[in-house]
Amino acid sequence: MYSLNSALRVDTPRLDSAEALNAYRENLIAGQDPNQTLVVVCHGTGCMANGSNRVTAAFQNAIEGADIKAKVMPGIKTTGCQGFCSRGPLVLIRPQGLFYQRVKEKDVEEIIQRTLIEGQPVERLLYKDPQTGKRIHTEQEIPFYKLQERVVLHNIGKIDPTDITDAIAAGAYRALAKALSGMTLEQVVSEVEQSGLRGRGGAGFPTGRKWRSAMAAIEKKGRPVYVVVNGDEGDPGAFMDRTIMEGDPHSVLEGLILGAYALGAEQGYLYVRAEYPLAIQHLEIAMAQARELGLLGENILNSGFSFDARINRGAGAFVCGESTALFTSIEGKPGNPRPKYTRSVEEGLWGRPTILNNVETWANVPLIIDKGGDWYAGLGVPHSTGTKVFSLVGKVNNVGLVEVPMGVPVSHIVEAIGGGVPGGAPFKAVQTGGPSGGCIPYHLKETPVDFDSLTKAGSMMGSGAMIVMDDSDCVVDVARYFLRFLEEESCGKCLPCRLGLTRMREMLDAFSKGVGTERDIEDLISLSQAIQDGALCALGSSAPNPVLTTINYFRDEYRAHFSDHKCPAGVCKDLITFSIDPDACTGCRSCARQCPNNCISGEKKQPHVIDANQCIRCGICKETCKFDAVRVS
Amino acid sequence: MIQFTINDQQVEAQHGWTILEAAREHGIDIPTLCYHEAVAPSGACRLCMVELKDGNWSKLVASCIYPVAEGIHVYTETERVHNVRRWIFEMLLATCPASPEISALAERYGVTSTRFSAADPDRTCMVCGLCSRVCEEVVGLSAIATVDRGVYKRVGAPFSRPTDVCVACGCCLSVCPTGAMQSLFDTVRGIPATIMTQLTA
Amino acid sequence: MAPVGKDMDTILEQYPAKPEYLIFLLQDIQSSYGYISQESMQQASDHAGVPLTQAYSVATFYQSFRLDPSGEHEVRVCLGTACHLKGGQRIVEELERRLNVEAGGTTADMRFTLNTVNCVGACALAPVVVVDDDYHANTTARKLEKHLKKLEHDVTADGEGQGHV
Repeated sequence: MYSLNSALRVDTPRLDSAEALNAYRENLIAGQDPNQTLVVVCHGTGCMANGSNRVTAAFQNAIEGADIKAKVMPGIKTTGCQGFCSRGPLVLIRPQGLFYQRVKEKDVEEIIQRTLIEGQPVERLLYKDPQTGKRIHTEQEIPFYKLQERVVLHNIGKIDPTDITDAIAAGAYRALAKALSGMTLEQVVSEVEQSGLRGRGGAGFPTGRKWRSAMAAIEKKGRPVYVVVNGDEGDPGAFMDRTIMEGDPHSVLEGLILGAYALGAEQGYLYVRAEYPLAIQHLEIAMAQARELGLLGENILNSGFSFDARINRGAGAFVCGESTALFTSIEGKPGNPRPKYTRSVEEGLWGRPTILNNVETWANVPLIIDKGGDWYAGLGVPHSTGTKVFSLVGKVNNVGLVEVPMGVPVSHIVEAIGGGVPGGAPFKAVQTGGPSGGCIPYHLKETPVDFDSLTKAGSMMGSGAMIVMDDSDCVVDVARYFLRFLEEESCGKCLPCRLGLTRMREMLDAFSKGVGTERDIEDLISLSQAIQDGALCALGSSAPNPVLTTINYFRDEYRAHFSDHKCPAGVCKDLITFSIDPDACTGCRSCARQCPNNCISGEKKQPHVIDANQCIRCGICKETCKFDAVRVS
Repeated sequence: MIQFTINDQQVEAQHGWTILEAAREHGIDIPTLCYHEAVAPSGACRLCMVELKDGNWSKLVASCIYPVAEGIHVYTETERVHNVRRWIFEMLLATCPASPEISALAERYGVTSTRFSAADPDRTCMVCGLCSRVCEEVVGLSAIATVDRGVYKRVGAPFSRPTDVCVACGCCLSVCPTGAMQSLFDTVRGIPATIMTQLTA
Repeated sequence: MAPVGKDMDTILEQYPAKPEYLIFLLQDIQSSYGYISQESMQQASDHAGVPLTQAYSVATFYQSFRLDPSGEHEVRVCLGTACHLKGGQRIVEELERRLNVEAGGTTADMRFTLNTVNCVGACALAPVVVVDDDYHANTTARKLEKHLKKLEHDVTADGEGQGHV
C-alpha cells in the first residue's frame, strides 16, 4: 500500500450549514494558487501496476533535494485513473498541462531539470499522434481525450481522491448543500425523473421511476428504508465503477446521501468487490473525512437529516451483482438470488423498501441535482440521456476508460477514440455487456450506443465493458469463455442455469474439437431459449446471449469448425497446428529450450522442426520466437 | 376471492395463493420436483414454469412462487412452456440417471430419452435443496445445507463429516423427490439410511 | 498457525453478535490466518449466532474463502475477457506445469498457491497476474517464473513486481 496523503488539515471545522460548506469551499479555492507548479501522477490501478508509485516516490525524493526546492516549489498530487491506461504511467505537469506518458523512474530527473526548472517539455515523453507522427503537448489535444465528453469522470484525474478538501474545492457536496437548504424530497426525486437517467448497471431501468416507486412503497409500508450502492462490478473486462470509486469516491457517496435524503433513509450500504482493495480504501477514507466535516452521520449540515453508510466487501461472487443476491449477501448468507416476484423497491434488504443503484448511476445524481434534470436530459439522445463510461479493452490501440454521450456510434468509440485494432485491420466484433451481452459485428459499427439500439442489435448496454475482437479471436472460443465463466459464477440454485450452461458449453467444446452438426446449432438455440425463459435470475436468463449473437452474426465460423474442421481464427487448439517457417527460423534454439514437451528439434543455426504429434499447442514457441518464424494453421 | 384464467378456464383463488396452489386446487396439472407443502417454495427446479399472456405480451414465471392476481391469463401447455420442460427433463435424465422417480416423471411428460450423456451413472441427487430446507424450516436444526456453488453445488454437512446436529428424524428422507437422500443419509448421520428406515418404521 | 494480522479474539470483538457480520468475520479470519479452519468457523458462527452449516455454506459459496492453509505466496492469474483474449488461460496451464500444481491448489512445499480470478479490472495490462499484491502487466509464464524463483530464494523479496497496489 502506498502512503496516503494525510487526511484533513488540522483546523477542519464541523460544517453546520449549507452556507458554511459553501464558504468553506470558497476559502479552499481562494487558498489555491492556479499558477503553482504541480506534478500530477496517475495512481489508477493500471498506472500503479506499471510502477507509478515509484515514479511518485522519485519525484518526492528529488523535489526534497534542496536546490530544486529553491528554484520552484512544485507540489505533487496523486490522482485516480486518468483513463489512458495503455500509456501509463501518466504524469501531468500543471499549470502548462503537459502530458507525459510511459514515464519511468529514470525519467524523473530529466522532467525536473527540463520542465520544472527550465520550463521546456521533454519531447520524447509526449504522446505521438500515430496518424501525423507529431508530438502532442497537452491532454486536451490528444484525440483519445479530445473526442470524449467527461461528465461523470470530470474530477477523476484532477483531484486527490484521498483528500476531501480537494474534492470540495472541485465542487463536491455542492448538490447536497443545495438539496438540504431548500429542496423538498419530492423535488429531488422529480429532478432525477426529469433527467431521464437510466440505471448504468445493465438493465437500464429509469432511475427516477425506481425512486418514485420506492416512495410509493414507503407510503404503504413505512420506514426503515435502505439505499445501497452496487459496486460489485463483476463483468470481466469492466472497470468503470472501480475507477469512479477509486478516483472520485465522494461523487458516489454524495449521490447516495442525496438518495437517502429523498427517501428518508438512515442507513446505506456500499457493496464493493473484494478484488478492488484500493476502491474500498478510498471509500473508507472518503466516508471518514465526510463524517468529520459533518457531511455524513448525525444531523448532516445541521439540517436535522441523519444518515450513515457502511461498506460490505464482496467475497468473490459475480452473481452478487444481481440485486436479490446482493441483499442476501449483505444479510450474511450465500448470495443465492431470491425466488420472488416482488421488486426490491418494495421488498429489498431485510424485506424493506430499498433503492439499489450501480456506482455510476449514483455518481450521476449530484450532477443532476446541481445542474438540473433538464440540463442532464440535454446530453445524449432521447430515451438514453446523459453520458456513459466504457472500458475499452481487447484488440484496440488505446486501451482505457472512455466517456461519451449516449448515442454515438460504436465506430466513434472503437476507431476514433480507441484508435482501432493494432496493425490497422478492421475489428471483427465488439462485445458489449460482458457475459450477459452480445457482439456487434464490424458491419454494424455505425450502431448508436444507447440502451435500445444495442438491444435491437441483439446485444445490451450492460455495465459498459467494450471488448474489441479482431480476426485472431474465435467466436466459438469467446462464447465458450463466457459460458465457462458463468458456469463457475452461477449460484447453482436453478436447474436451467446450473445444468444448462454446462450442457451448452459441452456442445461448444465439441465444436472446438471439430465435432458437431447443423442440428447441434439448432439445439443450442432451442436450449438457449429454454434457459432464457426458465432461469431464476438475470445471470441465467441472459447467459445464452453471447452464444445467440455469435451464432446470429458468425454462423459460418461455427460451421467451419465442424464441417471443415477448421478454426478460421486459429485459436481452437484441436484444429490448429504449429509449424516453423524454415526461411524465417535462425536456429537460435530458444523455442526448443522453452518447449515444455521437448518436441522441437534442430541443429544450432539450422531451421528447427516441431513434431506435430507431440505438440500440445501451448503456443510458447510462438511467444518465445523473436523472428516470428512460428506459424499457426 | 381472486378471479383469473388458467388455460382459458375461469378459476378462483384466495388472496396470497400461488398459481401452482390455485391450479392444483382446480385439478390442473403442473409438474414439480422441488416443491413441497411443508416448506416455503424455492423456485429451483423450474419445472413448474407457466406462461402469462396479455395480448401480445407474454412471459414465463415459476408457478410455485408467482402470486395469483386478478384478471391474469395463465397457460400451462404452451410451446415455450414445453420447451423449458423438455430441456430440463432431458438434462435431468442425464444428470440423475439412477433415479427412477425422475425417469417416471419425465416419461409422464413425454420425455423418454436425452441427447446428453450421463456423467455419473449412479447419481440420483439433483440438488433441489428440499432436504436442507425441511431441516432448517420444519425441524429447525440446519444439520445439512447446500454447499459450494454453480456446477459444484451439492447437499452436505459441514466439512463433509457426519454431524451430531442431525437427530435422525428422517424428514429429509421423506421429502426427497428423487430417492437421493437414501444414500446421502449415512454420510450425514453416520448411520445407513436402511437402518434408519427400520428404526422409524 | 500464528495469525498475520489480528488474532481470533480481536476479530470476534470487532463485530456485534449478529448474523449479518458472518461474512465480515470470515473475511478477517481468512486474511489473518490465510484460511478458515473448522474451529475458527465454529467460533465465527457461534459469535454471529448462526448454525455452522450456514457458515460452511457461505465459506464454500464465495470464491475468496479457503478451507485449507494456503501457500506463502499467492499467484492469481486473471481470466477476465481481455486477459483471456491475450492468453491468460495459457499462462494458467503453463504455471500449472511449472509449479506442478493445479489451479486452486498449493505446491507441496507450501510456497505457492495458484489461483485464477475472474477479472481484477486492470484490463489495460492484459494478461495480468497478481503475485501477492504485485500486479504483473503484459506478462508471460516465463517472466513470472523468474519472479517466482526470486521469491523462492528470498523470503523477504519485496517490490520485485512491476508495482503494487
